[in-house]
Amino acid sequence: MSANASNEWPLWEVFVRSKQGLEHRHCGSLHASDAAHAMQMARDVYTRRQEGVSLWVVASAQIHASEPHDKAALFEPASDKIFRHPSFYEIPDDVGHM
Amino acid sequence: MYTQALDIHPQLATPLVATEDAHKQTHFEETINHEGKIEPRDWMPAHYRKTLVRQISQHAHSEIVGMLPEGNWISRAPSLKRKAILIAKVQDEGGHGLYLYSAAETLGTSRDQMLEALHTGRAKYSSIFNYPTLTWADVGVIGWLVDGAAIMNQIPLCRCSYGPYARAMVRICKEESFHQRQGFESLMVMMQGTPEQQAMVQDAVNRWWWKCLAMFGPPDSDSPNSEQSKRWGIKRISNDDLRQSFIDATVPQAKVLGVSLPDPDLKWNEERQHHDYGAIDWDEFWATVNGKGPCNKERLATRVKAWDEGAWVREAALAFANKQQARQTKEAA
Repeated sequence: MSANASNEWPLWEVFVRSKQGLEHRHCGSLHASDAAHAMQMARDVYTRRQEGVSLWVVASAQIHASEPHDKAALFEPASDKIFRHPSFYEIPDDVGHM
Repeated sequence: MYTQALDIHPQLATPLVATEDAHKQTHFEETINHEGKIEPRDWMPAHYRKTLVRQISQHAHSEIVGMLPEGNWISRAPSLKRKAILIAKVQDEGGHGLYLYSAAETLGTSRDQMLEALHTGRAKYSSIFNYPTLTWADVGVIGWLVDGAAIMNQIPLCRCSYGPYARAMVRICKEESFHQRQGFESLMVMMQGTPEQQAMVQDAVNRWWWKCLAMFGPPDSDSPNSEQSKRWGIKRISNDDLRQSFIDATVPQAKVLGVSLPDPDLKWNEERQHHDYGAIDWDEFWATVNGKGPCNKERLATRVKAWDEGAWVREAALAFANKQQARQTKEAA
């Protein structure tokens, strides 16, 4: 393999706020030499049709992700705590909206 | 712009390795059977990963090479309006390539590895781009028919079991609709023009029609990888079914446009509720896939030249970034 991975521009994750009042959402990734370059590329690659009003670019290497095999340990404890949901409680109809 | 289920490496179909964790395999299959999605860090069979890397990277290569036949016409577009539209379309194709390369990279292959496979001729791209764009009408026909065929192929991929590929396809399909409509509209304008312009459109349709039908890949009876891909939720609809849908959708469009489709056997079959059509020249298709098309060498040479001539820009940008970072580290110390 003649391609040397270390010569690649680093990978960046792109987040776009589609309109004022909404959160930034992950929309993809791209390669760029630095943050300013990544910003410029993100604009060209992900917002050619007014998809956004604000951009975040984050170096992919800086993202810490949970492991798929930790899914049960992290998220299953919540599944038997249905009392956390309002629908768990029966309230007489007379009370009206609560 | 386009993917085709090429099925050009049938030897990939190998039985599952016994050492693979049976429990993980079961979980994976259950997820697929329940129309669930597989995400980058999830366990997946090696063959599923390999199939996806091959398909997504071939798809990305097709987008990037697909910029070339239309790019030829940017400087010769008949008006400023058509030039602006064509530039936007070609830029979209580049964007589609980038979404797809990113999706493939989540499977553990690097951008440089994929590009190297393209540049050395190991990786394939859609053979439709190995034909020349001879007149301005070709640009319209590529939008109408080539992108139309691509949309037919790509819409089912939005439901692909691999999350990043499916998400990239949703984004791409939204943009493809512009590509097809601008092509059709530009042909409508030509069809209202002089007899020479009308003849130019008909000539382009005649040259591209059969190539577009071949884009859907070999007949189902000759597609050894399709079954596995279907089971894995990568491929949803067979080559022949997609081809039939494309023909059925295109015939009335051709009527509106006022062009004929160059197939004497093309006619409505009341019993099947589909159009019958003539035999596709698969020898010509395979010859083009295997490097003997009219533009294979030219397309690849153009790509390699662009890559080589851009090397100093990539290196300089990286050197600058490294220098800036070193300076910041020093100032912080």
